[in-house]
Amino acid sequence: MDKPLTECALKLLDEEYTLDDYKGLVPRWCTGCGDNAILAAVQRLCRDEQLPPEKTVFVSGIGCSSRFPHYMHTYGFHGLHGRAMPVAEGIKMRRPDLNVFVITGDGDCCSIGTAHWIHAIRYNMNITVLMHDNGIYGLTKNQASPTSPLGITSRTTPGGTYLEPINPVSVSLGIRNVSFVAQAVDWIPEMLHDIIAEAFHHKGFSFVRILQRCPEFLDHRFDDWVQEPDWMLLLHHENGVRISPDLAKIYRNQEQHDPSDRNRAREIASTNHPMPVGVLYRDPGMPCYEDLRKPDRLYTPDIVKAAIEEEFDKFTIHPTGHPTG
Amino acid sequence: MSTQALKKEHAKKQARRPAAKKAKGPSRPDKSRRGQSGPEDTPVVTMKEHIIEIVSDSGEGAQRCGQAFGAIAARMGNGVWTAEIIPAEIQPPARSAAGASGNRIRVASHRVTNWGDEDDLIVAFNEQVLLSRLEEGELRPGCIVLLEDKWRTDNDPEIVAAFTETVERLLVDDCRVYEIPMETECLKYVPDPRRGKNMFVLGLLCGIYSLDLDIAREQIAFAFAKKDQAIIDNNILLLEAGHDWAETNLDIKFRIPPSDVSKPQIVVNGNIALGLGVMASGMEVCAMYPITPATSASHYLSEVFQNVGGVVHQAEDEIAACAFAIGSSYAGKCAVTITSGPGFALKQETIGLAVMTEIPLVVVNVQRGGPSTGLPTKVEQGDLLFACFGGHGDNPKVVMAPSDIEDCFYSMITARKIAEAFNMVVVVLSDASLASSQQPFPRPNVSEDWLAPPVDQSAVPEGAMPYDWDSRTGLARRFIPGQPNGMHCLTGLAHDRRSRVAYDPDINQEGILHRSRKLAAFQKTLKAPDVFGGDEGDLLIVGWGGTRGAIEEAIERLRADGHKVSSLHLTFLQPMPPGIKEVLERFDRVMTVESNWSDAADDDIIDEDNRRYSELAWLLRARYLVDIDCWSEVRGQPIKPGAIVRAIRERLQRKGS
Ligand SMILES: Cc1ncc(C[n+]2csc(CCOP(=O)(O)OP(=O)(O)O)c2C)c(N)n1
Ligand code: SF4
Ligand SMILES: [Mg+2]
Repeated sequence: MDKPLTECALKLLDEEYTLDDYKGLVPRWCTGCGDNAILAAVQRLCRDEQLPPEKTVFVSGIGCSSRFPHYMHTYGFHGLHGRAMPVAEGIKMRRPDLNVFVITGDGDCCSIGTAHWIHAIRYNMNITVLMHDNGIYGLTKNQASPTSPLGITSRTTPGGTYLEPINPVSVSLGIRNVSFVAQAVDWIPEMLHDIIAEAFHHKGFSFVRILQRCPEFLDHRFDDWVQEPDWMLLLHHENGVRISPDLAKIYRNQEQHDPSDRNRAREIASTNHPMPVGVLYRDPGMPCYEDLRKPDRLYTPDIVKAAIEEEFDKFTIHPTGHPTG
Repeated sequence: MSTQALKKEHAKKQARRPAAKKAKGPSRPDKSRRGQSGPEDTPVVTMKEHIIEIVSDSGEGAQRCGQAFGAIAARMGNGVWTAEIIPAEIQPPARSAAGASGNRIRVASHRVTNWGDEDDLIVAFNEQVLLSRLEEGELRPGCIVLLEDKWRTDNDPEIVAAFTETVERLLVDDCRVYEIPMETECLKYVPDPRRGKNMFVLGLLCGIYSLDLDIAREQIAFAFAKKDQAIIDNNILLLEAGHDWAETNLDIKFRIPPSDVSKPQIVVNGNIALGLGVMASGMEVCAMYPITPATSASHYLSEVFQNVGGVVHQAEDEIAACAFAIGSSYAGKCAVTITSGPGFALKQETIGLAVMTEIPLVVVNVQRGGPSTGLPTKVEQGDLLFACFGGHGDNPKVVMAPSDIEDCFYSMITARKIAEAFNMVVVVLSDASLASSQQPFPRPNVSEDWLAPPVDQSAVPEGAMPYDWDSRTGLARRFIPGQPNGMHCLTGLAHDRRSRVAYDPDINQEGILHRSRKLAAFQKTLKAPDVFGGDEGDLLIVGWGGTRGAIEEAIERLRADGHKVSSLHLTFLQPMPPGIKEVLERFDRVMTVESNWSDAADDDIIDEDNRRYSELAWLLRARYLVDIDCWSEVRGQPIKPGAIVRAIRERLQRKGS
């Protein structure tokens, strides 16, 4: 109370997390790699939200993008290729106090981890998923991915890919329990940040597909869109992301889109000419699995012991040990 | 010996009697006929034990009847082992050999540890299911057969022919056949005799085995507690009818005196015991994907786990189940994942992740026949080496195997403790036989020690490292999310003490060393197992898992005949407890008995260079440099003590020659 005011102010400042508090190891991504922009946006989000680093967990699979947790100074779980989502679900199930993020790549999520991805949408746990979609396998050095555009050459498709890519946003929107789907691009950092923030604030499984440039292996993948702002479609809504006046000057192609409109979201998602950026769908009413399955009270050792005894009672016999007459 | 011969003589005489005699008489208990057939003066034969089977088409209730019969005998104080006879198909056609469903109950005056050899008495609801048991060699010569008689007068001549033919064949095989008007009798009490027939049979058996009807009534009330009183009353009515019918019409009556147990006992099968164990272990999360024969453990847990605050998560596949369990354990809530062979195979990469990151994890593999989809409902111990060495790279983990139903319960408590104390994966190998067999065990005293402490959320000292391995034990303190200052990025890649990805040769060497060391440190906590039988002798049998009861019974029988044989049963397979080599060396010869493949040494094409040994034999040979033989069977059923006795006799003779 009678401490000098300056000391209090200092203390307050002290307690605020700064951007540096979220910085882990120095990123080792290639220069120009879109992953850097995503990392910056996420660190900003953590700072803005003042997330306690010890209460925050980044779970990833395997890939260039999945190195992400090493570059955060929070808890991190850099696990197996494709399996980040079930690990994250296991963490969240009985630890709703933790902020859980999943970092995954297009191969990690849409190929080896597809089953987990689909079911993660269905479980709708309160987890924020950032899918770094560079349309290629980066870490293993240039193989086609399920989101590679038709015809691109890679080391497994020297004559060009044979199949149309899958559209991760449309796939997500096709699932009955979907509760949040957004699309972002690494080259509009402002919206990238705002979209990730929206995803974080949504209670439920928020899936953000982030178009991410890989100058190393698929350099010109997004050139059309990067160089021609009119090929982009920026979604905005009073209940969603807003577009700043500066951005609005560059990206004139905009649509006011109500994220509760799933049919329109599906239409928007169906094309990348123009390429939509923003929150496509949000349903805050979808129940979360961890809530549906949460314990109904605090289970003290006494309650637990009594419940075990009760189970034993069900199966207990008292041998009479005497012959019948 | 002479009494046995006498019995056999008696059995033969019985068999030559017109089998269907009783069936042709009036079905209602008729006092006036009592004197003629003489059941009133039926002497009660006291037996040490009997093996009883009840088989029907699936859905006719033989399982329920068998389980109730076992429970009543257990309540009477008998030693009991019940084993399920599971049809190969989900909806087999009626009256088909493939559809035989039921129970075997071995009742004795002593503790029973296995399902025994062949039936002394079998009840069958039709002759086809009976035939399948006969053809599988499950009927002892002289076996008493109680057969539903309605097929003899069926409208379909083919059925009648099949029935008569079977009965004749049974007689040739020396069986004593009683044709029983089961449905006809039941019709007197209930409109649909197909339902409730099993309770009539239960009554018959209570009569034959002099079981206390009051206890039987109690058991019915208990087993049908969730049902209407009317159903319970009906079942009791049928029970009494069956009992009276046996008393009035049958000339067989046995008594199997109780054993000396008097303390309260838990009667469950191995999977329920596992479920109870999980509940009592302090684990809060069970992640699983349905797979026979493991699923019933999760079924049970799904009903009750929430009563201790736990949750069963049915994942989208086994990989997800294991990853989910790892996530939960990582966040401080130690988890179990329960599966069987094919699912265990799928989990290998995730298990390796837990090994590498040193996250405690309990993995239960209720083994079934393999490879591939194999024998989903049948018994095999084929996953031992897989459990020990599965996964790429060096994968040190603890492997243990319960050997009876009580063990299934305690193994969960032990496994969680080891997993958390050593930050290791503990694989628990049960099997399809333990999964569905019942054996009473003393009701445990619930202990607070079993429960898990609250998740540690205390601040980590500044500068502490997440993998600060102790150079002697390999142990390191684990940091759990939520602990201030503990932030680190755990990784499945090779890493240093700070959990930083490291490809440095020394660091990799160091990481593997310390993960391996934990296994050595844990081994130091184990006690040498006891030898069953004598401390030294001609032959030592070594076994693991669910074969214990059969092996020890075989040893008892052989020792009673003067053979110097003993057995050693291992609960911990990796690491192995101390003192084994000394035991092995005290015996002239050592042989494992297992339910997995091994080449027969006397096979033409087999020699020292190409013989494939049973799995434990491989392990023991490799570790102890002892010439260990093996005998095994992969018939999909629990090994019988008699089969082990024969195998051992044969080996002893071979040595003698
Ligand atoms: C089970 C398994 N299979 C294959 C790999 C090899 N692998 C590592 S990352 C990767 C693909 C990565 O692509 P993506 O998920 O798109 O991530 P990016 O590197 O592009 O960020 C593959 C195939 C592995 N680590 N584990
Ligand atoms: S290879 Fe591509 S994705 Fe990987 S770090 Fe380099 S630019 Fe980024
Ligand atoms: Mg990629």
